[in-house]
Amino acid sequence: MKFAVIVFPGSNCDKDAQYAVESLGHNCRLLWHKDTSLPKDVDCIILPGGFSYGDYLRSGAIARFSPIMEAVIKFAERGGLVIGICNGFQILLESGLLPGALMKNNSTKFICKRQKLNVANNSTAFTNKYKRNEEITLPIAHGDGNYYVSKDEYKKLKENNQILFTYSDNPNGSSFDIAGICNDKGNVAGMMPHPERAIEEILGGKDGAKVFTSIVKNFQGRV
Amino acid sequence: MYTGKVTVQYRKGILDPQAQAVHSAVKSLGYNSVKDVEQRKEFCLKLDCENKEQAKNQLEEICQKLLANPAIEDYQFTVEEE
Repeated sequence: MKFAVIVFPGSNCDKDAQYAVESLGHNCRLLWHKDTSLPKDVDCIILPGGFSYGDYLRSGAIARFSPIMEAVIKFAERGGLVIGICNGFQILLESGLLPGALMKNNSTKFICKRQKLNVANNSTAFTNKYKRNEEITLPIAHGDGNYYVSKDEYKKLKENNQILFTYSDNPNGSSFDIAGICNDKGNVAGMMPHPERAIEEILGGKDGAKVFTSIVKNFQGRV
Repeated sequence: MYTGKVTVQYRKGILDPQAQAVHSAVKSLGYNSVKDVEQRKEFCLKLDCENKEQAKNQLEEICQKLLANPAIEDYQFTVEEE
């Protein structure tokens, strides 16, 4: 399976994402945000964490207009697998590929710690290796992780089973404890916690690896 | 040449933790008369347009596409000829 990680000016988890995918035995290319097309054989695109464009204006607002995003949006609309982690999640929300918005943490503080989560839906392309309601621990590191979604949109997310992860002890004020979601077709996902920073014991745990092995399992099921 | 002034703020009902932090700082200075604080962003854009109508239309587009996130923010703007 072939992955690609988009590098924006200010991305700082691009190499972590590449390392995670490669250490699990898969091919991964880094693509520059000014590229205008994707390699034809890419199977999954990762938008990494970081501070694209310094988070000026709003997190992800400027990166959403990077030249490569047009190709990423088309890829997603054709059913291609796309996952945005942290700043990548913010970019997907700003792109309109996922509903809602991310705001400043309700504490106004930047939070960097290990966080307990619940797997709310284990039947998606991004979570199928987890058990239902499994409690996992992933690192979080964000200032703008407070996910906002209106009540009507939340109803839709819930009805369509689009909520992937919820916080056990909501650290940032996110609506309905939401930590990660997918789109209604199930091929685009976004999450604030960092699975790529939790793929081996030396990193403090490997609960994040299953996000990537789920993607691979889903892809192999399709072929 | 036209000058466009854009104000962006959180939509009513959306909690702004930064404004709340400012409010509690103001209160801790002893200004108990302050009952609420809102925080806004202001942008000033110089537009080289044919006429005021065109400048307004462009500014509207820029606000919708980039300056405001309609999921959480409202915006207003004015356009003046220089």
